[in-house]
Amino acid sequence: MVTYFKDIYSGLVSLFIGMEVTFKEFFKPTVTVQYPYETLTMTEKYRGHVELIENDEGKPNCIVCGLCQRACPSACITLAGVKPEGEKKKVLTKYILDFTRCSLCGSCVESCNFNALEFSKEYNLASTRREDFIFDLLQRLEDRNK
Amino acid sequence: MSSPIQLQPDETFVLNVGPQHPATHGVLRVKMEMNGEYIVNAETVIGYIHRMHEKMGENKTYPQYLMNLSRMDYLGALGYSHGHVLVVEKAAGIEVPERAEYIRAIMVELNRVASHLFWFGAFVMDLGGFSPLMYALQDREYILDMLEAVTGSRLTYCYFRFGGLYNDIDDDFIDAARRFIPRMRKSLIKYDKLVTGNIIFRKRLEGNALLSKETCRKYGASSAVARGSGINFDVRKNEPYSVYPDFDFDVPVYHEGDSLARYMVRMEEMEQSLRIIEQGLDKLPDGPIMPKKKPKLIKPPAGDYYQAVETARGSFGVRLVSDGTKTPYRLKLRSPTYSNMHLFDESCRGMMIMDALAFMGSLDLVIPEIDR
Repeated sequence: MVTYFKDIYSGLVSLFIGMEVTFKEFFKPTVTVQYPYETLTMTEKYRGHVELIENDEGKPNCIVCGLCQRACPSACITLAGVKPEGEKKKVLTKYILDFTRCSLCGSCVESCNFNALEFSKEYNLASTRREDFIFDLLQRLEDRNK
Repeated sequence: MSSPIQLQPDETFVLNVGPQHPATHGVLRVKMEMNGEYIVNAETVIGYIHRMHEKMGENKTYPQYLMNLSRMDYLGALGYSHGHVLVVEKAAGIEVPERAEYIRAIMVELNRVASHLFWFGAFVMDLGGFSPLMYALQDREYILDMLEAVTGSRLTYCYFRFGGLYNDIDDDFIDAARRFIPRMRKSLIKYDKLVTGNIIFRKRLEGNALLSKETCRKYGASSAVARGSGINFDVRKNEPYSVYPDFDFDVPVYHEGDSLARYMVRMEEMEQSLRIIEQGLDKLPDGPIMPKKKPKLIKPPAGDYYQAVETARGSFGVRLVSDGTKTPYRLKLRSPTYSNMHLFDESCRGMMIMDALAFMGSLDLVIPEIDR
């Protein structure tokens, strides 16, 4: 009989202790970000999809060596280039990133020896069409320079 | 209109838990044969999200496979990557700088705390308490922010490389980690008051789903499931790897074998992880994070290699059989949740369904890791 009442007493005490914790939390400031109205800026090392880096003339640094293509575990990258007559280096003509298959591992950026690739800070990617995630990076570079 | 089915007193019926059970965050199906509220027999059906990670390991080169490991367990991804890089380094004979190993240990322990925090929240939510999940996620957010600033991603990190790391940590990270430790200790006291001491919580878990040492051994259980049943086994202590021998930490062991014991083990593990992080930050040596001499192409000599690590969910082992080429001949991943989960079929017989769900929560299942 004594234990019965003791149980009720200790149970009630434990409930009030718990309520005290939640009561204190109630008055603490909000920590969540009100998303569509507020957005966070991504950190410096954030890994979004890749983007081409341009040189001073606004042309891509890429020399079409194809190392990124070979390093990619999921075969997301398709690139092509031509060698204009009289030039030593190849010029990039096509760089397609299939972002539907990319797992953001960063192998392409690490494999690049010519400082031609970087991570973008884009994270608000949503679409109903699959084709929207097949990025033409060369086109994006031109759009950026406009 | 058909009349409702009348069950005979001894007649059983089959209840499907899942394949879309909201509490398990993956797709697991449990076929339960029920007699009223009591479970007569249960059969876990797995394989709904099987992604052939082991087969992929045989087809991809070693560096290409790095990112697969973090897709196995989305809550404690770094522990799994750690096992993989350690076994390849062992096989290929790559030296790892000391600083890199210390950072790895700090990161893995932070990730373990994050994983246990999520488990804590989800487990209490399984039992019907919602606010602890919010508090746990708030604390977890601090860890994810810290890890994001260094690794570049929040959940599926691809941070460890053969021989070192992808990025070095900076002073901001160290400051944030030092600020985090006392805050987390305060939170642990809060959880203790709010949940551990709660009478409803205790009454539900005390004596729930008693697991004997023998059952744990039979199924190869590890982590808190084994340590809650009195088996003092932690890979970090028993088969030390990385820089863990340099740290002073305890392995919490409980002998009761009930769900509360498993809960207590995990809660104390968080405190021990904080101790490791603290010591790691104090002892962190200067130096490079990648070795000077790193082979361009990783081609381990032919042989059989194995490395076990202690992840948030238990002992995770990678067996690598190399034939000397640039892809492994066989890569076997021993996942801890797979063993922990199969206890469930045998142990839940005769339990009431609500008790069985509490038991399942205490096992800390991450389904993508079973269906790897």
